[in-house]
Amino acid sequence: MSSPRWDIVVVGGGPAGIAAAVRAAETGASVLLVDDNPSLGGQIWRGAEDNSSLRVARSWRERLKRSPAQVLRGFRIFDQPVPGVLLAESAESVREIPHSRLIICTGGRECFLPFPGWTLPNVMGAGGLEAMVKSGVPVAGKSVVVAGTGPLLLPVAAYLRKRGARVRLIAEQASRAAMLRFATAFASQPQKGVQAIGLMWQLVGVPYRLGCWPVEAKGAGKVRAVVLQQGGRRFEVECDYLACGFHLVPNTELAALLGCELRDGAVWVDDAQQTSVPNVYCAGEPTGIGGVDLALVEGQIAALAATDKPREAQQLHQLRARHRAFAAALQRAFALREELRKLPCPDTLLCRCEDVTFHRVAKCQSWREAKLHTRCGMGPCQGRVCGAAVEFLLRWNIESVRPPLFEVRVESIAIELTVGPTPQVSQGAEG
Amino acid sequence: MRQTFDVAIVGAGIVGAACALECAQAELKVAIIESSIVGGGATAAAMGHIVAMDDSEAQFSLTRFSQQLWNTLRTELPREVEFELTGTIWVAADEDEMSAVRNKNRYFTSRGVPAEVLDAAALKQAEPNLRPGLVGALLVPEDSVIYPPTAARWLAERAQQCGASLVRGKAIRLRGGSVEIADGTAISSSLVVNATGAWAPELTPGLEIRKRKGHLVITDRYSGFLRHQLVELGYLKSAHSVTSDSCAFNVQPRATGQILIGSSRQYGAEHSAIDHKIVAGMLARACEYMPALGKMAAVRCWTGFRAATPDKLPLIGPSVTDQKIWLATGHEGLGITTSLGTAKLLVDQIVGRRSAIPIEPYLPARGSREHVYA
Ligand SMILES: Cc1cc2nc3c(=O)[nH]c(=O)nc-3n(C[C@H](O)[C@H](O)[C@H](O)COP(=O)(O)OP(=O)(O)OC[C@H]3O[C@@H](n4cnc5c(N)ncnc54)[C@H](O)[C@@H]3O)c2cc1C
Ligand SMILES: Cc1cc2nc3c(=O)[nH]c(=O)nc-3n(C[C@H](O)[C@H](O)[C@H](O)COP(=O)(O)OP(=O)(O)OC[C@H]3O[C@@H](n4cnc5c(N)ncnc54)[C@H](O)[C@@H]3O)c2cc1C
Repeated sequence: MSSPRWDIVVVGGGPAGIAAAVRAAETGASVLLVDDNPSLGGQIWRGAEDNSSLRVARSWRERLKRSPAQVLRGFRIFDQPVPGVLLAESAESVREIPHSRLIICTGGRECFLPFPGWTLPNVMGAGGLEAMVKSGVPVAGKSVVVAGTGPLLLPVAAYLRKRGARVRLIAEQASRAAMLRFATAFASQPQKGVQAIGLMWQLVGVPYRLGCWPVEAKGAGKVRAVVLQQGGRRFEVECDYLACGFHLVPNTELAALLGCELRDGAVWVDDAQQTSVPNVYCAGEPTGIGGVDLALVEGQIAALAATDKPREAQQLHQLRARHRAFAAALQRAFALREELRKLPCPDTLLCRCEDVTFHRVAKCQSWREAKLHTRCGMGPCQGRVCGAAVEFLLRWNIESVRPPLFEVRVESIAIELTVGPTPQVSQGAEG
Repeated sequence: MRQTFDVAIVGAGIVGAACALECAQAELKVAIIESSIVGGGATAAAMGHIVAMDDSEAQFSLTRFSQQLWNTLRTELPREVEFELTGTIWVAADEDEMSAVRNKNRYFTSRGVPAEVLDAAALKQAEPNLRPGLVGALLVPEDSVIYPPTAARWLAERAQQCGASLVRGKAIRLRGGSVEIADGTAISSSLVVNATGAWAPELTPGLEIRKRKGHLVITDRYSGFLRHQLVELGYLKSAHSVTSDSCAFNVQPRATGQILIGSSRQYGAEHSAIDHKIVAGMLARACEYMPALGKMAAVRCWTGFRAATPDKLPLIGPSVTDQKIWLATGHEGLGITTSLGTAKLLVDQIVGRRSAIPIEPYLPARGSREHVYA
């Protein structure tokens, strides 16, 4: 069995990946879009039946359908055994994916910080609870506290409310002053301001506290109440669910495995969205959390650059600059406050996979030492959860990505390759 | 004020850490100098199989001696060291290998190592997940498994409790009488021990040590699936070959329920990146012996470097060029096992004690004799 060598492979079928696949395929290049879910759309468009961005989503999906891009769903990229060949696993099989150029659009994930009780059942990520409800778990009549930070909290709260949950409180750790400064950023993005106002309208009657964050989840067997702090005051709110996320962090693992340079936890890219590794491009959340609009522009620029259409790519630079400015304002507004570094107690679990407490990890000098000596981050999630927390809590540099990127079957790693590495493509020369 | 030590050990892998503890217990004033993480070198990459081996008489003496030292120490080891007396099963796939089983059995039992020949049925009962059709095996019940990095750390901490000093820094030059550190300081010491594993030639130029790369893969947790460390007997043939890349079926049950899958050997590969061809071959071999492994979830692959000498025996004692610079390196694929024995032999020589086993085969000076031959 030999596979064709694709001109362009796009990993990740969220907004960035869809836009990249569409624009690349429309130039006539052979394009494969791979996503690990049964349906495309990424975090925001997947299963979206009720989103203000629905119209945009629909138009991109239709454009993808009309384009000659091929789509591989339910396959997860887990390794690059030789340069220019990726391995992808599905529930049943494994495939080699040879390509000349690659666009990484692997999105982001929620950041969790450990605090006493955070591992109790029914304490989950904000996006996590939303996804669970979307997949059919009922929340009607349940009390929910939504806490943490970031622009995600509002849409999640609005969604849960629409599904019948009693949202008792939204607790945002960012300060009032930071949020006021942020509001001015809306001036350049009127449609975002309108969206925000729309959300607030859906949430009328729900208390929204700024400068407020969870310090403990209480309960036996599952969460019963959450203790929150605001100013110097602590208070308790009863709840059936605590939806708690501390903004997003970029999924940089695939890029790191390929040797792409990271800066400040995100994949570094040049003006053309190319990473430090020639012929490897990156777009969307992995280059820095920026939201769906930025993801769409970056995906397009990456595709145009990767298909040697620099002029067309350049036409989008201005739009990208606008969205980047907004993203930067967002990052500043929702930056985690110092007090959060004190969230975990010594005996709070930091690594849930391997049951490692915060105190044991904090005694170590580095992430690698903590891994070797406490097994922190060595479990099935390979530090995806505790790694981001540790970067913030202990200011460590999280390095070292090893294949497989995700848990895969032993036999999937054991496959014998039928294709060799990509012949060296001279940068930018090919048509 | 500058401190003067009796012994300065460079490298806090399992070998350096064990040597430091043994020195401290002999009331020597000892410093351990480590540039990175205690137990973070080859020690962090190893399987942690404590195993009696019979490739040569000298290899047997040191591994058996060390295996017994580990078994004596076991009650003192903290839980994190994950000591498990799993035993080893040497698996025979055909009649040739079965005759190797009988030889090995004679060799071991005549030297006081408990061992038991298993026929196909007994093997099936001992390890039900092995494929059908295997001929038999040798069970060596006194072999065991540990988690090497925490063992190294525990040894180093014990040494510190006995008065040893741990110095963080990179040694850049060894002299008879002192160690120069990269930050410009120097540690003065009557004896200096190079225990930097595969890095040893950087500090002692001319040492005949080559890097031998190995790959390992670890799975998610499958408690009860595997009970003993299993090694194919073909291992002996392939591990011997100095020239070619090789891999062999070698699997280990971890205390966590995870399964560690090995093992490969490669010369001339200097980069730590995973080599897909090698890993794929190694896993395919493992699945031949234990087909159910194929569907198990693999969590992570990694590599490490063994420090290999031409005769596959470690270097323990004064270096050929400078009597004040000693060596404790070259442990190839057995340094976890032989760390404790190495420490005993080293300190025996330093303080002039009688050793429990003959030390001559491990003296660095033996190498110069070999040169004359060759
Ligand atoms: C949990 C969560 C909830 C969110 N909810 C909202 C919301 O309600 N409103 C809002 O405006 N924004 C929300 N966002 C933010 C929004 O999703 C992003 O701004 C936007 O989707 C970015 O698009 P993207 O294409 O960069 O990444 P994503 O949409 O994240 O797409 C990345 C895709 O790549 C796939 N992938 C990753 N790695 C691999 C691999 N190795 N192999 C195969 N596939 C892979 C992922 O499964 C995913 O489908 C949410 C984000 C998260 C993490
Ligand atoms: C894949 C693999 C599997 C193995 N499996 C087993 C097994 O099952 N059983 C077994 O017995 N053995 C096994 N081994 C062999 C075992 O890992 C080694 O023999 C053993 O770890 C050697 O220990 P060491 O202390 O000599 O070296 P290392 O652990 O490498 O320690 C050397 C230390 O020196 C430090 N260092 C280096 N240079 C300097 C400097 N200039 N200044 C200061 N410090 C320095 C390093 O940072 C390091 O910490 C295996 C090896 C590999 C690669």
